[in-house]
Amino acid sequence: MTTAVKVRGLTKRYGDVQAVGGIDLDIKAGEVFAILGPNGAGKSTTVEILEGYRRRDAGEVSVLGTDPGRPTREWRSRVGVVLQTADDVAEATVRETVRHFAGYYPAAMDPDQVIEQVGLTDKADKRIRELSGGQRRRVDVALGVIGGPELLFLDEPTTGFDPEARRQFWELIGNMAHQGTTIVLTTHYLDEAEALADRVAVIAKGRIVAEGEPATLGGRATAKATVRWAGGSLETDTPTETVLELTRRFDGEIPELTVTRPSLEEIYLRLIEG
Amino acid sequence: MSQTIVPDAALPVAPAKLPSPVRTGLSRAALETRMFFRERDAVIFTFSFPIILLVIFGSIFADDLEGTGLNVSQLYVAGLIGSAAMTGFQNLGIGIAMDRDDGTLKRLAGTPMPPAAYFVGKALNTLLISFVQVVILLAIGVALFELELPAEVSTWLTFAWVFVLGVFGSSLLGIAVSSLPRSGKSASAVIAMPFVVLQFISGVFIPISQLPEWLVRIASFFPLKWMCQGFRSVFLGEAGATLELAESYELDRVALVLGAWVIGGLVLCLTTFRWKSRRDG
Repeated sequence: MTTAVKVRGLTKRYGDVQAVGGIDLDIKAGEVFAILGPNGAGKSTTVEILEGYRRRDAGEVSVLGTDPGRPTREWRSRVGVVLQTADDVAEATVRETVRHFAGYYPAAMDPDQVIEQVGLTDKADKRIRELSGGQRRRVDVALGVIGGPELLFLDEPTTGFDPEARRQFWELIGNMAHQGTTIVLTTHYLDEAEALADRVAVIAKGRIVAEGEPATLGGRATAKATVRWAGGSLETDTPTETVLELTRRFDGEIPELTVTRPSLEEIYLRLIEG
Repeated sequence: MSQTIVPDAALPVAPAKLPSPVRTGLSRAALETRMFFRERDAVIFTFSFPIILLVIFGSIFADDLEGTGLNVSQLYVAGLIGSAAMTGFQNLGIGIAMDRDDGTLKRLAGTPMPPAAYFVGKALNTLLISFVQVVILLAIGVALFELELPAEVSTWLTFAWVFVLGVFGSSLLGIAVSSLPRSGKSASAVIAMPFVVLQFISGVFIPISQLPEWLVRIASFFPLKWMCQGFRSVFLGEAGATLELAESYELDRVALVLGAWVIGGLVLCLTTFRWKSRRDG
C-alpha cells in the first residue's frame, strides 16, 4: 500500500492561539479517512494545510508525494477539493459550470457522466441559484471530482442535508472510494464517519487524541457492555453470562432486553473532553 | 446514483498536458460574460446609467462654448465615454470583492486553473462591457447632441489607444482596490464613493477649467482625468483644445500617465491580491 498523505510534527499558530500543536498522520492510498473534532480543534486548519490553502509553521507534509506548501498546477490536477461553503457561479447552469471546470484539467471526466453520478441529470440545465442546498452540495462534489482526482478532500460535506439526501450522498462517496479514490473527510456527524470511513482520527485542542477503525476507536470494542432489561441494568465485562443468568431468572424471554457497547458518539465525547 | 465514477483516462501512460492559460482565460471570459448578461437588472442599470446621465446633462447644459463652435453637451459625451471606459474600476472592484466573499476565488484556487486565466477573463469581460457602453454613448451623442464622429484614421487610432490603456489601467486599479472592502456586501459602498468623487474632479460632469487648481492636481494622479482629456481630443478636435488648461490635449502626457497606471496597477495587483477573504485569515 502506498501512502497518499504523510504528516509529521505539523504545527500552526495564529497569534497566541496554537491551532495545530504537533500532528502526525498517515493516510493510505485508496483509504477513506475521517477527521473528527469539535469546532476550533484544528481540524479545518489541518485539512486546509493538506489542501495547499494554508502555510504551516513547522513539520513535514507530503500529499501525493508533493509538499502542499508549494502547490503546482500538475499537483492540483490530481487533488479534488470540496470546500465547506460557497455561493458562487449562481447564474450559470449545472452543465455549463461542470463543463467549464472540466476545461481546467488535463484528463477530465465526461461532464454529463459526472452530473449523472451526483444525481443531477434532471437539474443539469437549471441555474445553480435555483437549486436546493443539498443539490448545490452535489454540484460542489461534481466540481471536486471532475478532474478525476486521485485524492479527494471533503470538508463537512453533508451539513444541512436531510436524512435521505445524506444516505444518497454516502452511497456516492462509497462508490468513489470503491473505484480507488482516496478520500479525506471532515465531519461533525459520527454516524457519517462510521458509515464511510475505514479509519478515523479525532482531533482535540490541536492534537490527535485517538486514531483507528470506527469499530475499535478509543477501546470501543473492549469497553464494558451495558445489559438493560425491564427493571434493571448492569455494566459488565461478561454480558453473555449476565444474559444467561437473566434467562434463568425470568425462566425464558427477558423483557425489554438490550445489550450495548458505547456508541461512537459516546466514545468521541469522552475523548474530546479528556 | 448507482453508477460508478471512472476516469476517462483510466491508465494515463504519459501525464496529459495542462490546458494553456490562454484557452482557460478565454473560457473564463465566456463564462463571466454569460453570467453578466444573465443578471438582467444589473445589465439594464450598467448600460442605462451613462445614457441617462448623458441625456440629463446634455439637455440641461446645452450652451455653446465661446469661440469654438462646440457646445457643452459634446463635452459631456467625451467625459462620459471616459467614465464608461473606467467602468472596470467599479465592476472589478465590486465584482472581485464578491468573488472573494462567495467562495469563487477559493474554489478556483483549489483547481489547476492558472491564476492569470481569472484576470484574462475579467479583463476581456470588462473590455466588452466598456466597448458596448461607448458605442451606445456615441450613438446617442450623434443622434441627439450634434456630435460629429472623427473622419481621420489617426484620430480613431488615438481613440483606440486611449480606450485600451484606460480600460486596462482602471481595471487593474479596480482589481487592486477589491482587497479594500471588508466583505462583498460592503464593496459597492466602498468602491462607488471614490468613483463618483473621481468623476466630479476629473472633468466628467464639470469642465476641468472650472475646478480649483488643487482638485485638478489630485485628479491628475488618477487615470480618469487623462482618459477624458484623450477622448476630448478625439471628439472635440482642435477647436476644443483652447478650452484645456494647457491649451493643448497633451496626448504625450496622457499616454505616459495611462501607461504608468497599467504598469503600476499590475505591480499593485501582483503584490496585494488576496485569494482568500478576511474570514479565512
